[in-house]
Amino acid sequence: MHPAPSLILFTTLSGFGFGLMVWLGLRGADPALSLLALIAAGAGLFASLAHLGNPQRAWRAVMQWRSSWLSREAVIAIAAMGVFFLAALLGYLGRPLPWLGWLAAALALVTVLCTAMIYAQLKTVPRWHTPLTPLLFVLIALTGPALVLAPAWVALGLLALTALAQWRHWEEGDAGLAALGVDAAAATGLSGQVRPLAAPHTGRNYLLDEMVFRVGRRRAAGLRRLTLGAAILVPAGLVVLGAATGFAEAAGGLACISHLAGVAAGRWLFFAEAEHTVGLYYQT
Amino acid sequence: MTSLPDRTEKSLGLVIDLDTCVGCHACAVSCKEWNSGGGGAPLSDQDAYGAEPSGTWLNRVHSYEVTGEDGPPRVVHFPRSCLHCADAPCVTVCPTGASHKRSSDGIVLVTEESCIGCGLCAWACPYGAREMDKAAGVMKKCTLCVDRIYNEDLAEVDRVPACVKSCPAGARHFGDLADPESDVSQLVAARGGVDLMPQLETRPVNKYLPPRPRDEPFIANLAELAEPEATGMLGWLDRALARI
Repeated sequence: MHPAPSLILFTTLSGFGFGLMVWLGLRGADPALSLLALIAAGAGLFASLAHLGNPQRAWRAVMQWRSSWLSREAVIAIAAMGVFFLAALLGYLGRPLPWLGWLAAALALVTVLCTAMIYAQLKTVPRWHTPLTPLLFVLIALTGPALVLAPAWVALGLLALTALAQWRHWEEGDAGLAALGVDAAAATGLSGQVRPLAAPHTGRNYLLDEMVFRVGRRRAAGLRRLTLGAAILVPAGLVVLGAATGFAEAAGGLACISHLAGVAAGRWLFFAEAEHTVGLYYQT
Repeated sequence: MTSLPDRTEKSLGLVIDLDTCVGCHACAVSCKEWNSGGGGAPLSDQDAYGAEPSGTWLNRVHSYEVTGEDGPPRVVHFPRSCLHCADAPCVTVCPTGASHKRSSDGIVLVTEESCIGCGLCAWACPYGAREMDKAAGVMKKCTLCVDRIYNEDLAEVDRVPACVKSCPAGARHFGDLADPESDVSQLVAARGGVDLMPQLETRPVNKYLPPRPRDEPFIANLAELAEPEATGMLGWLDRALARI
């Protein structure tokens, strides 16, 4: 799949923002961090508008929540941001309502789940069509803010779980297309070995641009190492260093920045490595 | 509403005969022509006369070399378009309700005025049947020529999809696949029509008829012609000539 910058920004930033809302909602809101959570989530959602052909009609996306995960995400994201804003405002005014914070946290968590389900629901992209996708999205969303807000042992635990989920997601994903059991013969209903002789069009088209993106295996392996290094190892080292030296806040902030860069690299791979069944017709 | 109807009164669709298709692309061209002049935004092209032309098409004709268990490879032309699936995944993912399946005839359509151009339906379709129109920013797909098949301004003989009407080989058939007595259903039964990628559980309405098996292995016959074995008078002459 095409790794669109708008979608990488959207999933990385809004994942972090809503993850931060979960932590702040549970712990009681800090004004500066609350603002950061709303800005990150809002910026992520705004970036996703750049992916639309007709962004001025984006409001229509809230209508089909009964059947569409994308619609559910839009509805619950707006609800989460609204409730969180109210909870943070009441906290800032010195009249905190803990249950409102918990509600905001729950809505924020469900938002991240809905984002993940947009991808995980697609049978056509076997690399995404696994329960590991929502698990990974939720773990990543919780891990980033934990580097700043949670005790060192919680942060390290979440980093370990995220690394494990990410690793399994790659491993299962590599075998996903084969496990689905479709090939060019199934795609065309023909029996025997099916080899393209003449393409239907001489140039590129939307299908190739959008769904038949190929990333070199060596490049992918390098990016996986970069992802694990920046998203997991460097933050883990910084958290330990922070705990040992007493500069936990500064180290946590740096860890968080490195983590987000790593997550963005991982999201690039999440799209770039994903094979779509339409590729079977082209076998490029 | 982007939930799928429990059942449709009819299941209008196409039956495509891969034995007869000659790969002329007339169906694709007539589709492009009809759907650029109809109600919605035209199927746009980008850089049409430049170095890297591309454009929106609702029907694409691939050509494949197919090597079976027995016999030599053969060429099969394969037109690919929307299959109007009963369990259309492109419909349920739509956040706005633009993508829908009609309960009356089962046609899967996009209401262009409601489409935000998010592209998720194209991702959800296993067959690459949907293409984003880069000029209008809305998703385009086969409408089964809904503006032809019910169009009383057209002569009755013309009330079929443009691709069916234009096919010079008669490889495309249009009808109600929910009615077991219809011509298309009979054809599917007689020829063993198949679903594409049934593993994805989309239950396509459109069916493809596989190429018929060849009558005889003609390559083997050609091999005999290359090394003729002369007998009788000609044989004597052949051997005499070989000795000179």
